[in-house]
Amino acid sequence: MLEASNLECVRGERRLFAGVGFRLDAGELLSLQGANGSGKTSLLRMLCGLTAPAAGEIRWRGQATAKLGGEFRAELCYLGHHNAIKEELTPLENLLTSARLAGEPLAEDNALDALETVGLAGREDLACRYLSQGQKRRVALARLVHERRALWILDEPYVALDVAAVDMVAGLIGAHLQRGGLAVLTTHQPVAVAAGSIRELRLGS
Amino acid sequence: MLALLKTVVARDLRLAMRRQADIVSALFFFIIVVSLFPLGVGPEADLLRRLAPGVLWVAALLATMLSLPRLFADDFRDGTLEQLALGPQPLAVAVFGKTLAHWLSSGLPLTLLSPLIGAQFDLPADAVWMLVLALLIGTPALSAIGAIGAALTLGLRGGGVLLSLLVLPLYIPVLIFGAGAVDATAGGLGAQAHLSVLGALSLAGLFFAPWATAAALRVALE
Amino acid sequence: MNNRLLNWFKFASPQSFFPLAGKMIPGFWALAVIFGVAGLYLGFFVAPTDAQQGEGYRIIFLHVPAAWMSMFIYLVMAFWAAIGLIYKTRLSGMMASALAPTGAMFTFLALWTGAFWGKPMWGAWWVWDARLTSELILFFLYIGFIALQAAIDDPRRADKAGAILALVGVVNIPIIYFSVKWWNTLHQGASVSLTKAPSMAQTMLLAMLLCALAFWMYSVAVALMRVRGIILERERNSEWVKQQVTMAAAGR
Repeated sequence: MLEASNLECVRGERRLFAGVGFRLDAGELLSLQGANGSGKTSLLRMLCGLTAPAAGEIRWRGQATAKLGGEFRAELCYLGHHNAIKEELTPLENLLTSARLAGEPLAEDNALDALETVGLAGREDLACRYLSQGQKRRVALARLVHERRALWILDEPYVALDVAAVDMVAGLIGAHLQRGGLAVLTTHQPVAVAAGSIRELRLGS
Repeated sequence: MLALLKTVVARDLRLAMRRQADIVSALFFFIIVVSLFPLGVGPEADLLRRLAPGVLWVAALLATMLSLPRLFADDFRDGTLEQLALGPQPLAVAVFGKTLAHWLSSGLPLTLLSPLIGAQFDLPADAVWMLVLALLIGTPALSAIGAIGAALTLGLRGGGVLLSLLVLPLYIPVLIFGAGAVDATAGGLGAQAHLSVLGALSLAGLFFAPWATAAALRVALE
Repeated sequence: MNNRLLNWFKFASPQSFFPLAGKMIPGFWALAVIFGVAGLYLGFFVAPTDAQQGEGYRIIFLHVPAAWMSMFIYLVMAFWAAIGLIYKTRLSGMMASALAPTGAMFTFLALWTGAFWGKPMWGAWWVWDARLTSELILFFLYIGFIALQAAIDDPRRADKAGAILALVGVVNIPIIYFSVKWWNTLHQGASVSLTKAPSMAQTMLLAMLLCALAFWMYSVAVALMRVRGIILERERNSEWVKQQVTMAAAGR
C-alpha cells in the first residue's frame, strides 16, 4: 500500500541518503534504524509530504502521494518529534483540539478514556505546563488510542517514556497492525510488537 | 471546512485569553506611542487635531506588528503547525482562522480603545466615530497581510525586525485610506470612497493572503 | 511543442546555463556601452536646452530610464519567481536573486537623480511627490527582498521565500501606486510632474530611449555575471564546477 522508490534527501549541501526504497502492506510495520543524523526524521517528513524528495517517488495505494494531497493526508496520522501540545491548555483540551484539527472529532468520553489509557487519569484538567516531559509525551500519544486512520508515522514514539508506557504504546501499535493498519516508526529501542510483521530499514550504512 | 475554521479560531482565542498579558501590552504600546507625539510636537490643539488620524493609524500599524511574530512561532516550535499542514483540509483554511483570531485579539481591542485616544487629541465626535469605523474595516487587512510576513520570517534570526521591513511597505495603502477617511470627515467631507476602498483591501487581503501565507508556511516547514 | 519545452529546460539547468551566460555577457556589455554613449551624446550635446528649466533638466536622461528600469526589473524578478515556483527550476530563483541588487541600485539612482533634479526645480531635495514616494516604497520592497534572502541560510528556502515575497510585492505595487497617487492629489495643490515636461522634443525622447536600452543591456550583463557567481557558489561541490575551476586555473 505504501511504496517508496529511489528516494534521495539533500539537506543544505549534504546528501543524507539516496536510493532508499521500500514497500509496506497492510498490517506491516517499518522500523527505521540509523545513527543520529542519518536522516530518519527527514525520511519520515518526506513520507508525510512535508518535505519534497530531491529524487524518487512515494506512492500510496498505487498513486503518487504528491498528487493525492488531501486524500492521502486524510489517511495519515503523524506524530513528530515535537508533541504538538499547548502548554496553556489541559491534556483534555489538547487532545480534543488536536483531534478536531485533524478532522476527526473525538467525543469527550472517548478522550477521557484515552487519557486514562495512557496513564493520565486525574490530570485531565491540569495545564500541560505542569506536566513532566514523559507525561507531555503521553498526552501526544493519547491521540493514538482512538486513531483509526490507516497509516501511522511516528517519530521516536518511545522517547521520554518509562518502561510501562513503552509497553502500552507498543500495545497500541500492535492493535493498529492487527486492524490492518500500517506504521512507520523510528526508535533506538527494540520494538516489541505482538502482532503484524516487522520490516527493518537501515539508513546511512 | 467550517468546522476546522471554528476550531482554529476557538483554540487561538482560548490561548490568547490565557495569555492576556500579551494583548494588554500591545494596547499599552499603542497608547504610549500615541502619547509620545504631543510630547514631541507640542500641545497645540489645532496641530494635534490635524495630526491625530495619521498618528493613530501609524500607532495601530506598529501595535499590530508587535503581535505578529508570535502568530505562527509558537505553533511552529511545538509542532502544531506540522499537524495543521498535514490535515486533510487546505492549510490556507487554518491560516484564515488564525488570521481572524489574530484580528479579534489585536485589531478589535485597538479599535475599541481608539475613541479614548481620539478624545485625547480633541477630535470632533463625528471624526471619532469615523476613526472607529475605519479601524474596524481596515485592521483585518493588517492581520491578513501581516500573516504573510510572519510566515516568511518564521524561525529566522532577527525575524521581528525583518518582519517589519517586509510588511510595513505593504501596509501603506491601508494607512493612506484609513487616515484619509478620518481626515475627510474632520474636514467636513464624505468618507464613503475611503471606506469602500478600505473594505475592498480587507476583503481582498482576507481572501488572497492566506494562500500566500500557507505557501510560505510550507516553505518554512520543509 | 514538447520538443521546444525540452530545449528550454535544458538551459534551465545551471550546468548548461553557466557557459552560455559566459558567452552572452560580452555582447550585452558591448550593447550597453554603444547605447549608453549614443544616448548620453544625444542627451547632453544634441538635445536643445529647455526653455523653462535650462540645462539642469538633462539629468532626466538618467533619471527617467533609471525609474523605468527599477519597475521593469521588479516585474522580471516576479516573472522568474513565478516560473521557479511553478516549474521548480533552480535557475529561476537564482535569476531573481541576481536581479534584485541591480533593481535596488536603479531605484536608488532614480531617487538620487530625482533629488538632484528637484533641488533647482522645486527648491528642495525631496518633495512628497506621488512618483518619488512610490519609487521610495519600491526601494523598500527591494530591500525587503534582499534582506529576506540574506536571512535564510538554506538557498532553496531562500529562493522560494523570496519568490513568494516578490509575487506578493508585484500584486501590491499597483495598489500602492494608486493609493499614493490618490493621497498626493488630496494633500497637494500644484505639483510639477516629471512627464509633463511641455512638448518633449523628438531628440529628447530618443536620447531617453537609448539610455533606457543601455541600462537594460547593462542589467542583463550584470545579472548574468551575478548568476554565474551564484551558480558557482551553490554547486561548488559538484564535479563540473571543480572541472571548470581547474580548467580556468590551467588557462591562467
